[in-house]
Amino acid sequence: MATQGNSDIKYLTPITVDVKKKKYCRFKKSGIKYIDYKDADFLLKFINEQGKILPRRLTGTSTKYQRKVAQAVKRARHLSLLPYVADLLK
Amino acid sequence: MVTIKEIVPLHSICKNHTIHSQIKVKQMIRQYEAVFIMTPVLSDEQMKETVSKFQKFLVDKGATIINEDNWGLRKLAYPIQKKSTGFYHLVEFHAEGTLINDFEIALKRDERILRFLTVVLDKHAVAYSEKRRAKRAAKAEEKVQA
Repeated sequence: MATQGNSDIKYLTPITVDVKKKKYCRFKKSGIKYIDYKDADFLLKFINEQGKILPRRLTGTSTKYQRKVAQAVKRARHLSLLPYVADLLK
Repeated sequence: MVTIKEIVPLHSICKNHTIHSQIKVKQMIRQYEAVFIMTPVLSDEQMKETVSKFQKFLVDKGATIINEDNWGLRKLAYPIQKKSTGFYHLVEFHAEGTLINDFEIALKRDERILRFLTVVLDKHAVAYSEKRRAKRAAKAEEKVQA
């Protein structure tokens, strides 16, 4: 009886998990062509708590714009708008 | 296998190329954007003086300044030369590429400058900066009316 109950639960949970939200490139979708390095608040979306640039895998940004994001973040760091290293940034 | 026939046209291409590149160099005016950070030690007047010094430098060298923006005293994300704040100033200008080297050397030599960054703007960036400027102007007008 107990094993049957377990199998039911096992069957039910994957179905809900499997419905994944598809990632998309926000720059392509909204038609942003230039990423401003002066806008530190916007760039915060692409770095983690330690100030590291988030991978494409997580943000869904296309290769083309990931390059631009990286460039902008690096420029912002140089101008001390963003930290190179941080702890509990967000 | 290089025959004489091939050499002759190549030579003429080279000649043409040099003429072409000369023309190109003369017309190579692009839009740049420079941000520099001044020490917080300066008084307001000293800060303005520093800014006008670099304005004058650019204008004297044949650049045309399009836009300027003083961000005022801002907190730095990390200390630079043991300072935790700085005056940010942004300048947008049209200039020839040859000017940039001199401009950066001048910035480097000035002790009042903590940090600077000069960037060439591509066509998307130019469009973006124009849009931003237009927005600013509209906001300023609204304020004046209100």
